[in-house]
Amino acid sequence: MSALTRAVAAELVRVFSLRTWWVLAVVLVLYVGVTAGGFAFFVTAETEGGPGPLPAEVATQLVYSSTTSVALVIPLLFGALAATSEYRWRTLTPTFLAQPRRPVVLVGRLVVALLVGALYGVIGALTSVAAGAAVLAANGVDTLLGDPDVLGLLARTVLACALWSLLGLGLGALLTSQIAAIVIVLVFTQFVEPILRIVAGAWEWSAELARYLPGAATDSLVGAGIIASIGQLDPTVPGVIEPLTRLEGGLVLTALSVLLVAVAAVTTLRRDVE
Amino acid sequence: MPTGTPITIENLTKRYGAVAAVDGVSFTAQPGRVTGFLGPNGAGKTTTLRVLLGLARATSGTATFGGTAYAALDDPASQVGASLSSDVFHPGRSGRDHLRVLQLAAGLERDRIDAVLQRVGMTDAADRRVGGYSLGMRQRLGLAAALLGDPGTLVLDEPINGLDPAGITWIRVFLRELAAEGRTILLSSHVLSEVSQTVDDVVVIARGRIVMAGALADLSAGAVARVRADAADRSALASAIAAAGGVVETPTAGPLVVTGLDAYGVGRAALAAGVPLTLLTPLSDDLESVFLRLTSEHPDPDARPASSAEVAA
Repeated sequence: MSALTRAVAAELVRVFSLRTWWVLAVVLVLYVGVTAGGFAFFVTAETEGGPGPLPAEVATQLVYSSTTSVALVIPLLFGALAATSEYRWRTLTPTFLAQPRRPVVLVGRLVVALLVGALYGVIGALTSVAAGAAVLAANGVDTLLGDPDVLGLLARTVLACALWSLLGLGLGALLTSQIAAIVIVLVFTQFVEPILRIVAGAWEWSAELARYLPGAATDSLVGAGIIASIGQLDPTVPGVIEPLTRLEGGLVLTALSVLLVAVAAVTTLRRDVE
Repeated sequence: MPTGTPITIENLTKRYGAVAAVDGVSFTAQPGRVTGFLGPNGAGKTTTLRVLLGLARATSGTATFGGTAYAALDDPASQVGASLSSDVFHPGRSGRDHLRVLQLAAGLERDRIDAVLQRVGMTDAADRRVGGYSLGMRQRLGLAAALLGDPGTLVLDEPINGLDPAGITWIRVFLRELAAEGRTILLSSHVLSEVSQTVDDVVVIARGRIVMAGALADLSAGAVARVRADAADRSALASAIAAAGGVVETPTAGPLVVTGLDAYGVGRAALAAGVPLTLLTPLSDDLESVFLRLTSEHPDPDARPASSAEVAA
């Protein structure tokens, strides 16, 4: 085995020998399941004040994108915990004794962050389909499960989760403090970004900038999202600003992840290990 | 059987801002011998070992294994094993999984895990989470990690700290066995008595500088001869000793303690002054007090001397 293959194998054991990964997976399933089911009900039911039944093409895109709409915090948190855990428990010492070539350790960790992030994407996609399709079918809406648009959206969900895990890894490696990383991840994804994206719609210039926020870029990459859809559902919100294209969204997200990891690599990784 | 390489520290300096944690340190640890790296807490032991293992960068000087830096060794874990702290484990991971991560990263054979667990007596506890381990069990797990690559050279920071008496006996025998196999063993401690039965050589560091390096036996050569003496007329005896060039350490109460003269010298001085002696005993200076004196003396008069409480902490 090459040093790199060994590093990946070691990082996989590091992740799967702890409970963190599956606790996060359970939270992901619950979060996405409730959101997809609830949203499937909302877009199909004839409720007063609701949007009324949407066409299947629109409804399925919204329901099946539940993972990236609400649960990106899970792969982000995973990446941040993976990076900061080494500082929290001072395990960098044995890590760098076993492999003193730090770039090898870093690349192994990047690969595993992408793989586990993708795994969360698969779990999220399957959960949104399982919970969402059941409610859609019960309300007589076509679930469009074999549709290439739906399959494409699910595949891009997996890609987005992989990138958010990388984003978390870079953020964690940069911050090194586990508490700070957890607080920033939760506050940013649960409050700051959703509020910014909604408020930014009020002015043209801010709406243009808000397209580059990681969550907005992700909605562009995936092709659907609950906050992104508010403009389409509510005619009073001006929808003049075109969202980024899929490619642009993907590039913004990738660039942000790579930037964070690169900054962490040239600063933190060179420091003395305490 | 793996044989060790010498550990060579040459003129090593590590500064943190204006403070030199390690200041021009040089010493060698030889294969087949246990070298004790001794000094009070904060003397620079751990910093020296961290630089040696590539975890921290030297400001100047070198620290190598037979001339090669740790990170430049081929398969470093197969040549050098290290345990730097008993506090480097994720509490949620089992001891076996901790070793598995390191075995994979270092590219070692998987059957080494069971071998080292057995060697340190941790087979039964290996599948429990480290969070439930005692300090002694963590020390053993750290040793197991150091031995994973069956290395010829071992670097252990405070390996005896926190062990119970049975554990201390066990690790003494264990380290002697490893040295007898031809390995180089460098271990640090802040308590000389902890390792005086284990080490062949000692390197004593205080405030970032080496104050003594040599065989353990050489440490006793640093002992200062003292004599306890008394007479019915104690002040007359003290004057006689002072006149003969001796120094009286405790002139206020009890028998006198004299340095600078041996028992013969004190006896002659008393005879010359016509003071009959009631007590004359040479005192042996034990290793621990030599060690304490070595680590509290300092050429810099402004430096605060280490208190004995600090040394024992």
